Amino acid sequence: MNELKTKIRVENFNFYYDKKHALKNISMNVPEHRVTALIGPSGCGKSTFLRSLNRMNDLIEHTRCDGTVVVDNVNIYDEAIDVVELRKKVGMIFQRSNPFPKSIYDNVAYGPRINNIKEKKQLDEIVERSLIRAALWDEVKDDLSKSGLALSGGQQQRLCIARAVAVDPEILLMDEPASALDPLATTKIEELIHELKEKYTIVIVTHNMQQAARVSDFTAFFYMGEQIEFDETKKIFTMPGKKQTEDYITGRFG
Amino acid sequence: MERHFQRDLEHLKSNVIKMGSMVEQNLTDALEAVLKNDAVLASKVISSDGKINQFEIEIDNGVVDLLALQQPVASDLRLILAIQKINNDLERIGDHAVNIAESAFRLVETPQDEPLLEIPNMSNIAKEMFQQALDAFIHLNAQLAQSVLESDDRIDALNRGMNAQVVRMIKKDPKSIEGGLELLRISRNLERVADLTTNIAEEVIFHTQARIVKHHAAEEKQKQ
Repeated sequence: MNELKTKIRVENFNFYYDKKHALKNISMNVPEHRVTALIGPSGCGKSTFLRSLNRMNDLIEHTRCDGTVVVDNVNIYDEAIDVVELRKKVGMIFQRSNPFPKSIYDNVAYGPRINNIKEKKQLDEIVERSLIRAALWDEVKDDLSKSGLALSGGQQQRLCIARAVAVDPEILLMDEPASALDPLATTKIEELIHELKEKYTIVIVTHNMQQAARVSDFTAFFYMGEQIEFDETKKIFTMPGKKQTEDYITGRFG
Repeated sequence: MERHFQRDLEHLKSNVIKMGSMVEQNLTDALEAVLKNDAVLASKVISSDGKINQFEIEIDNGVVDLLALQQPVASDLRLILAIQKINNDLERIGDHAVNIAESAFRLVETPQDEPLLEIPNMSNIAKEMFQQALDAFIHLNAQLAQSVLESDDRIDALNRGMNAQVVRMIKKDPKSIEGGLELLRISRNLERVADLTTNIAEEVIFHTQARIVKHHAAEEKQKQ
């Protein structure tokens, strides 16, 4: 674990929804170019933690946080941070695929256009490259003008991944990216995650423990707002250090 | 889309094949050391067993990781279960090669006028069985694995014959007692090698055909 470079360093991070203390003193080093999975029962704080990594929780009223989240030596909760720039660097994929009601091309070109890339040739290149990275290009290259909403669920999710990578992020946050998909589409997304880690650092929330086992290199187990255990996925799923982790992953919880 | 799990499984299988080649080399060298009175070769076998043991641990870990992290099913599951057992069988065969090499050492130190009786014959059959079992695993060839099972009876018969032959030899020349006991040890080790090789072949059949052939399982079930 020592030789890996830390991409996100979280220290003593607390998060509150009004009076509810949702994340309690979380510290974690998320390694670069690895997949880190966050697991735990509903309400354990894993999604809150994920959204804290690109300040998506800022959009929710009556919330506050303290502690630090450092991405590449910059505290993202620093007042001087441009949140739009942050979210460019730290992209997000949601549980339900949410393509814009636009063509496949325009979905992927959306972010780059906002970032003032106007030249057609350059946009074409970005769209192609992003769709290739999202393992969707071969299926859609003949009809990029088709609506994104006309794609299958699994394809829509990969379109959202293409849209996220089109703005050249360094980190991808995924919130249950395959939970609405059938097993084959899920396998495709999981394989894609495995390939994407070469270029990006990935943090994924999943209810599906087997999925965490299959796709991740590191796993954090959250329970009632606390991080119970964080270690190599191999270790968590073969020799967990804490009894609570053991009970959760073996289904003996509660 | 190829799953990275398939690549990991292939890697695990190729490690088993590498380990199998090392065991094959050690078995061949140990028997060569016996046939040619070669103490240098015998000591090479003994010193390289540690590498085989290391491989066993590595493959064990690979099996645990794939079972825990990838939830394999059907032929993938059977292959991983087969690998786990074959790994164990290979390591044991490596240990028997060491035993044979140790016998070779002791034979070098005792007068060499006694004949090796059935040992050369048994060696050839055991080596051939091992090669076939490993080939059957590499190519997942159940037919080849089946022929390994059939050879085991020949080794068993020769091993039983060895007892009488050694007794005769010692009666004829009581000075040959040490050498004779050594030959019996080698014979017994070869018999065990053949048994473990048979297990490997049975695992190949289990993986490729989802059929359990050990302990004549099918016939037993029919009888019931």
